[in-house]
Amino acid sequence: MTTAPTTDRVALVRAIATQHLADRGALMPVLHDVVEELGHVAREDVEAIADVLNLSVAEVHGVVTFYKDFRTEPAPAHAVALCRGEACQSVGAEALYAETRDRAADLGADVEVDEVFCLGNCALGPSGTLDGRLHGRLSRERITSLTEGWR
Amino acid sequence: MSARVFVPGDAAAVSVGADEVAAAFGAAGATVVRNGSRGMLWLEPLVEVETEAGRVGFANVEPADVASVLSGEHTGSIGVVDEHPWLTSQRRVSFVRVGVVDPASVADYEAHGGWAGLRRALSLTPAEVVQEVTDSGLRGRGGAGFPAGIKWRTVLETVADQKFVACNFDEGDSGTFADRMVVEGDPFTLVEGMTIAAHAVGASEGYVYVRSEYPHAVAALRRAVDAAYTHGYLGQDILGSGLCFDLHVRVGAGAYICGEESSMLDSLEGKRGEVRAKPPIPAIEGLWGLPTAVNNVLTLCAVPMVLSEADSGGPGWQSYAELGTGRSRGTQVFQLAGNIRQGGIVELPFGVSLRELVEEYGGGTLSGRPVRAVQVGGPLGAYVPPDGFDVPMDYEALAESGAMLGHGGIVVFDDTVDMARMARFAMEFCSIESCGKCTPCRVGSTRGVETIDRIIAGRDVAANLVLLDDLCETMTKGSLCAMGGLTPMPVQSAIKHWRQDFEREGADV
Repeated sequence: MTTAPTTDRVALVRAIATQHLADRGALMPVLHDVVEELGHVAREDVEAIADVLNLSVAEVHGVVTFYKDFRTEPAPAHAVALCRGEACQSVGAEALYAETRDRAADLGADVEVDEVFCLGNCALGPSGTLDGRLHGRLSRERITSLTEGWR
Repeated sequence: MSARVFVPGDAAAVSVGADEVAAAFGAAGATVVRNGSRGMLWLEPLVEVETEAGRVGFANVEPADVASVLSGEHTGSIGVVDEHPWLTSQRRVSFVRVGVVDPASVADYEAHGGWAGLRRALSLTPAEVVQEVTDSGLRGRGGAGFPAGIKWRTVLETVADQKFVACNFDEGDSGTFADRMVVEGDPFTLVEGMTIAAHAVGASEGYVYVRSEYPHAVAALRRAVDAAYTHGYLGQDILGSGLCFDLHVRVGAGAYICGEESSMLDSLEGKRGEVRAKPPIPAIEGLWGLPTAVNNVLTLCAVPMVLSEADSGGPGWQSYAELGTGRSRGTQVFQLAGNIRQGGIVELPFGVSLRELVEEYGGGTLSGRPVRAVQVGGPLGAYVPPDGFDVPMDYEALAESGAMLGHGGIVVFDDTVDMARMARFAMEFCSIESCGKCTPCRVGSTRGVETIDRIIAGRDVAANLVLLDDLCETMTKGSLCAMGGLTPMPVQSAIKHWRQDFEREGADV
């Protein structure tokens, strides 16, 4: 999460980008590392990365906004991602997703409920991740019990 | 001596509690191996205990069962897993080691026939390797079914200072998980297949593009690549042959379109994953404009077997080519998913019927209700009604029946499914995941959602169905890649077979 002052943040982002200078097509690995270290890609990060990798700000911005994984806002305290792929839909994922979104506030103070298209767990759906951990055979009750510590 | 217990580390097993079970066995003093999954996913966590008779399985184990499993008092044994009829009736080639070996152990891989294909390939010229792959009849398992040997020959014969091998491990189709399972359960096979490919086409660098939704597979693959370097199977002068090959693992970032090979190449180059117009084909101008052999995980994982000596003593390519039917040679890894009682991996020679897969292996629906529809080949594949289940599963027969094999995913729906909703979802998915480069896909999918919404609401249904058909034709013929080009397949197959779902009661038809 972003608690570092801007200048420290920029220095860290520059250091991450510099580590990947020798890689071909370094931008994606750099962005993954920035999200991993700092939780999201901020506007000033884009400029720092562009400078270190000798790309235009527009190129980096274009890549950041193309891919879902590169958050541009700070991450929530807790995240639920439920699969809406066809296999999970066949066992009730659409209703589970809609209902979980509706009661997101009941699961905890700062909980994001998002959709994902396939986690490769298609024989044990409905599938989803809770704070990044994969779960199969999800139900309303199971989500309630798994998020107990969030409240 | 403590008991040796196998608890799958496969993501599907972990999703239903395998980590907690493994920890409980460890705490009870057992030696725990985190193997891959056998592919009988409805039995996970499927724990195996090593005995003199073989590895005895216990299904759906929970931490509370650990003591009784270890003491031999547990009554829920499914017997020796290797003798389970669901497995013995299959013909496992690509999945032969998955669930059996320890995916973290180079030695275990070698003890189960690993590296034999690479050793033999390195004793052959690149052209000879390409010839054997061609003769095996191996076709691309990503969905397009292009002959692997022909692709490799193009790369081999293209003159360039540098060439690449790229593995498409962006397995984004709902209902597919074979790539994930083979890499999590037997990652060295992919490393070996890619190294053979590098030798065959003259590449010095390789990239595996893994989707970010597969963190377990990323970890398993990175561990395997590191071990392969340590043991001389990657890097400089591999096994003293003079071959130099560096392998990089790269992670996607949540874009389905990057499973399309040219989008994947752009993404690997650090760009937006937008589709490239063809020609040029990647075999001539791929990564950074240089010749690149792009193959799916399962294609590359079949290569070591093709290059090895077969169990019979004959050439591997020959025994591979003897399997299958027509122009679909070898085996296909089918993935049974969705509303299915016995979901998982079924590897069989091409030609098995969809009915046998759904009814016999799958055992029907999980809900116990009648099967109404099956989607074959992912989100861009056709919906097939039960009276079409006798179609043999091979590339040509499926295409002839108006469907496609794709990556081998089979998603089952029971009789509660609303096919108009599924058609709408196909368009919605395309509108969310379109790269935006071509208009038929970018705009057509959004118009498709709107048109189906009007049909579902019962407004001018007959006219809107005509409009939708016209839109589908535009997308099919006018899109740059399979995303926009095949989205009409689930839509039109749903209308064709379940028209009543679109002509709703009380609607103005």
